Amino acid sequence: MNYVFHFGAILERWPELLYGAWRTMELTVISCAAGFVIGLAGALARSFGPAWLRRLVGVYVEVIRNTPLLVQLYFFFFSLPLMGLRLSSDQAAILALSIHLGAYATEILRAGVEAVPAGQVEAAKSLGLSRWQIIRFVVIVPALRAVYPSLTSQFVLQLLGTSIVSAIAAEELTAIANNMAMQTFRNFEIYIVIAVIYFVLVQACSLVFRLLSRILFRWKA
Amino acid sequence: MSLRTFGPNEFYFLLLSARWTLLLALVAFAGGGVLGLVIAAFRVGPSAWLRHAAAGYITFVQSTPILIQLFMVYYGTAFINLRPDPWTAAALTFVLNSGAFFGEIFRGAIEGVAKGQWEAARSLGFRYPGTLRLVILPQAALLSLPPTVGLMVQIVKTTSVASLIGLAELSRTATAINTVTFEPVLVFGSVAAIYFALCWPLSLLGGWLERRLAVSRGRPVTL
Repeated sequence: MNYVFHFGAILERWPELLYGAWRTMELTVISCAAGFVIGLAGALARSFGPAWLRRLVGVYVEVIRNTPLLVQLYFFFFSLPLMGLRLSSDQAAILALSIHLGAYATEILRAGVEAVPAGQVEAAKSLGLSRWQIIRFVVIVPALRAVYPSLTSQFVLQLLGTSIVSAIAAEELTAIANNMAMQTFRNFEIYIVIAVIYFVLVQACSLVFRLLSRILFRWKA
Repeated sequence: MSLRTFGPNEFYFLLLSARWTLLLALVAFAGGGVLGLVIAAFRVGPSAWLRHAAAGYITFVQSTPILIQLFMVYYGTAFINLRPDPWTAAALTFVLNSGAFFGEIFRGAIEGVAKGQWEAARSLGFRYPGTLRLVILPQAALLSLPPTVGLMVQIVKTTSVASLIGLAELSRTATAINTVTFEPVLVFGSVAAIYFALCWPLSLLGGWLERRLAVSRGRPVTL
């Protein structure tokens, strides 16, 4: 037990850590937004689309959910340039993270769509609502409300998952920590500090989602 | 330009490296299962101090990335004057990590058992450990089955992160082979297929168990 902690050299570089946290949040927000759109489209396609589309979405969901994010990331990062699409680390990271979350969001939202009682859709039809109106007001909004807790905890998992993209040197908190470790050799201290930052980010996001649910779902069910 | 082409030998090499993925997953599963039982016992136990400690541990593990936990353990071994070793660090991290997730699963299952069972055991003279072991856990085991299988899938996938501290499992071998063959579509496609072959059957099993248990719990009680 003759290890001496030195946090000073790390903490005085707080602007870099702040920037890393900002980049992590940026990756999370962009990939969650994109993944949510993919998930919504996937869930609707899986519930109301033609048979071939349902099967296709099913394959997408199963493949993504049964392979590691790291492998998906490597696949996009290394394969797409061969197909003539040159992506920076950041772009590849956002692409892989969005496609990754899209599969989980599809599965979560599909459960929400399936939980909408058939009687509600029939009632909407008999009231003369158009197909689009039914999907929007009778299916999507109640479905979102039903799956809000699982969807938002998936977003929080995504925040933790972004640390993986440091493997292709995309710029975010973990990658910045790795760089700092190489420069200062205070590895143990650095990762303790980074763990605390992630912890604060996760708790803050959970709090925001809880507060947001009060504003979003004020009306009675 | 590449040094080698991706042929059957390279695929076989990938397949062989998957045993380290499997071994790490099994260690995490077995060690994490035992740790999870202890954590769950603390979490629902009579001591408030232990309840808070267990809850805090679970919150910490679930609020930080596994990659950072891995780095902390890997570089933290210097703290106890050990040379950092990828295998030790990975095994320890994955046991500690999955222990927290198992703890949550077991807690949920234990709380899913009817409260009257605790009261009945107490009135029969059982103490806390006896009640838990002989009355509650056998019933909770069934309830915890579907999420446990789900966690197994999660663990197999997450072991890929251990490649980032240099453990030569499936993902690490993949990047090495990709460097010499430069056939990323084939290499990572094959690796994805191997992970899929490991995880998909488990996912199907988990879904099946979930449906079965949901049906059996939904059945009305007959006297």
